[in-house]
Amino acid sequence: MLVLVVDSSTPAVTAALVDVSADGVALRASRCTVDARAHGELLAPQVDAVLADVGARPADLAAIVTGLGPGPFTGLRVGLVTAATMGQVLGIPTYGVCSLDGLAQPPAAGQPPAAGQPPAAGQPSVAGQPSVAGRLSAPGGPSGEDGTVLVASDARRREVYWAVYDGAGRRVAGPDVTAPAVAAERARDLAVTVAVGDGAHRYADVLGLPVRDEPRYPDPLALAGLAAARIRAGEPGEPLTPLYLRRPDAVAATGHKPVLR
Amino acid sequence: MADEPLVLGIETSCDETGVGIVRGHTLLADALASSVEEHARFGGVVPEVASRAHLEAIVPTMDRALREAGVTIADVDAIAVTSGPGLAGALLVGVAAAKGYAVAAEKPVYGVNHLAAHVAVDTLEHGPLPEPAIALLVSGGHSSLLRVDDLARGVVPLGATIDDAAGEAFDKVARLLGLPFPGGPYIDREARAGDPVSIAFPRGLTAAKDLAAHRYDFSFSGLKTAVARWVEARQRAGEPVPVADVAASFQEAVCDVLVGKALDACRSSGIDTLVIGGGVAANSRLRAMAEQRAEKHGVRVRTPRPKLCTDNGAMVAALGSHLVAAGVAPSRLDLPADSAMPLTVVSV
Ligand SMILES: [Zn+2]
Repeated sequence: MLVLVVDSSTPAVTAALVDVSADGVALRASRCTVDARAHGELLAPQVDAVLADVGARPADLAAIVTGLGPGPFTGLRVGLVTAATMGQVLGIPTYGVCSLDGLAQPPAAGQPPAAGQPPAAGQPSVAGQPSVAGRLSAPGGPSGEDGTVLVASDARRREVYWAVYDGAGRRVAGPDVTAPAVAAERARDLAVTVAVGDGAHRYADVLGLPVRDEPRYPDPLALAGLAAARIRAGEPGEPLTPLYLRRPDAVAATGHKPVLR
Repeated sequence: MADEPLVLGIETSCDETGVGIVRGHTLLADALASSVEEHARFGGVVPEVASRAHLEAIVPTMDRALREAGVTIADVDAIAVTSGPGLAGALLVGVAAAKGYAVAAEKPVYGVNHLAAHVAVDTLEHGPLPEPAIALLVSGGHSSLLRVDDLARGVVPLGATIDDAAGEAFDKVARLLGLPFPGGPYIDREARAGDPVSIAFPRGLTAAKDLAAHRYDFSFSGLKTAVARWVEARQRAGEPVPVADVAASFQEAVCDVLVGKALDACRSSGIDTLVIGGGVAANSRLRAMAEQRAEKHGVRVRTPRPKLCTDNGAMVAALGSHLVAAGVAPSRLDLPADSAMPLTVVSV
C-alpha cells in the first residue's frame, strides 16, 4: 500500500512515500528541506515531487500519515491541513502520530533507497534495511543499547518540546514543552542516557547528555511505522488534531484608556 | 452556461473560514464558519485563535459548500485562494488547504488578492463589471480607494487609511459606548434612533491643507479620539451619554468622508461606476448615502448584498472565475501566503 507521510513540526519540511506491506514498511521516495520560514511554500511541491519520483498519482495513495507535533504552530498546521485536505479529496484515511515518536529510533543501519527506485514487486523492504515496524516493536531493540532516550525539538522562546522513551521505543514521559533545564531534570529522574533531536543539539550544554548526531528531525519511515498497524488493519482515519501544548497568546482587550488629561 | 468555469474559492485571511463555488458569474455555494465569538471577549481578532479555528473548520466547510453546490472537487476547473493581504498564520492555513486540494485533485490553483476579490464578488450580483470603475473597500482590516482598469491584471491604488481602518473605528467607538464586538452592526442599529447632526464630529483629511497630500486617503483615528473626548466629558459632568445620537453622528462622519472621497475620485476621472465592498459596506447608512449622492453626479453605485460584502469564499471564487475566463495563468505550487500583498498584484 502506497502511503504518503508528511511532517512540518520542526524546521524540516518532510514529504515521503512509503510502501506498507504485511511484513514491513519501506521507503519509496523522500524530500526534506530544512527551512523554518517556508513550510507553506515547500510542502505541496515536495508532495508533488515524491509522487513524480515513483511515477504515482494521488489516486494511488491508500492512506496519509502526518506528524501531529508538538511543534511551532504556524508551520505545524501546514502538514496537518495538507494531510486533511488531501485525505478528504481522495477519500482515504488520515492517521496522526506524535512527531517526537518519529525521533525516538535511530535511522536504519542500511541506506534508504534512492528516490525513484522502488523495491521490486513483492519485496517488502530494501535488502539489508530492517523494517521499521520490527525495530519499533523489538524490546531492547537497536535503541536499547543506549537505554532511555530524551527526544527534544526546538520550541523557540528558549523552550523545548520533549518526551522520554524506554529502550523499547515506548514513550514513558511527555510530550511536554518546558525550559531545557526542566527537561534535563526530568531526564535525570528517568535515568536517561542519551538525547536526540535538534532541540537536544541546541541545548546540549543545559541537558548535559550525549547527543546522537542523527536523526535531527522526525524520520518519515519511523512515522509511517507508528501507524503501520492501523494502516494494515484498515482502521478508520481520525480527525487530525495538533499537539499544540501551549495556549494561544491572547491578550484580553484592556479597558478604554482615557484621552482627557 | 455549462462551459463557464466552475471555480472553488477559499478565504481564511481573518476570522472567517469561507468556501465558495461559482460557475461563471453564478453563485452556487457560499459556506462560512466564523470564529468571531471566540474573539469577542478580547475586543478584536486574536491571530492564533483564528488560525486554530481555520484548521478545524476548513474540511467541514468544504464539505458543506460541495453539498450545497451539488458538485465534487473532480468537477471544478480551478481552485482560488486568498494569498494576501491578511493575518499571516490564518492565510497560511487557507493557502496550504488550497494546495492540498489542488495536488490531490490535480487542479490548477490561483493565489489571489483579498481586496480584488471584494471587488469581484459584485459580479455575482450585478454581472460583469464595467471597466474602468472606482472601488471603495472598507472593513475592519482595510480602507482603500482604488481604480479598476482591468480586474484580471491589476488595480491602481488611489488612497488608503493612514491610521485606523474604518471598521476598526466602528469597533473602538462601539466599545466606548458599551456595545459588543464587532461594533459595526450595533452602531448601525443604535444610530437608527439617533440624530446624525446632533454632534459635529470631525471629518478626517477633508480640510484644504490635507487634501493636497491626502486627497483620497482616510484617517479615522482623530474621529475616534473626538468621540472618546465627547463621551468622557459627558461622563465627567455626570450626564447620561446619548448613545443613539453619538452612534448616529459618528456613523454620519465616517460615511460622509468615505462617500465624499469615492465620488470625488469618480468625478475627477470621469468614471461613472462605483463599487463598494468590505464589511463596512454592509452599513445601512453608507449604502443609502452613497446611492443618494451618487445619483446627483450620474454615478451608478454597485454594492453587493451584505452577506457578500463581509469576508467569504464566494468572493475568492468570483475573482478566480474572472481570472480563468481572462486566460490568466495559474499560480505555482510554491505560492506563498503574503500578509502584506500589494494591491497592484491581483494574482501571484
Ligand atoms: Zn475583507
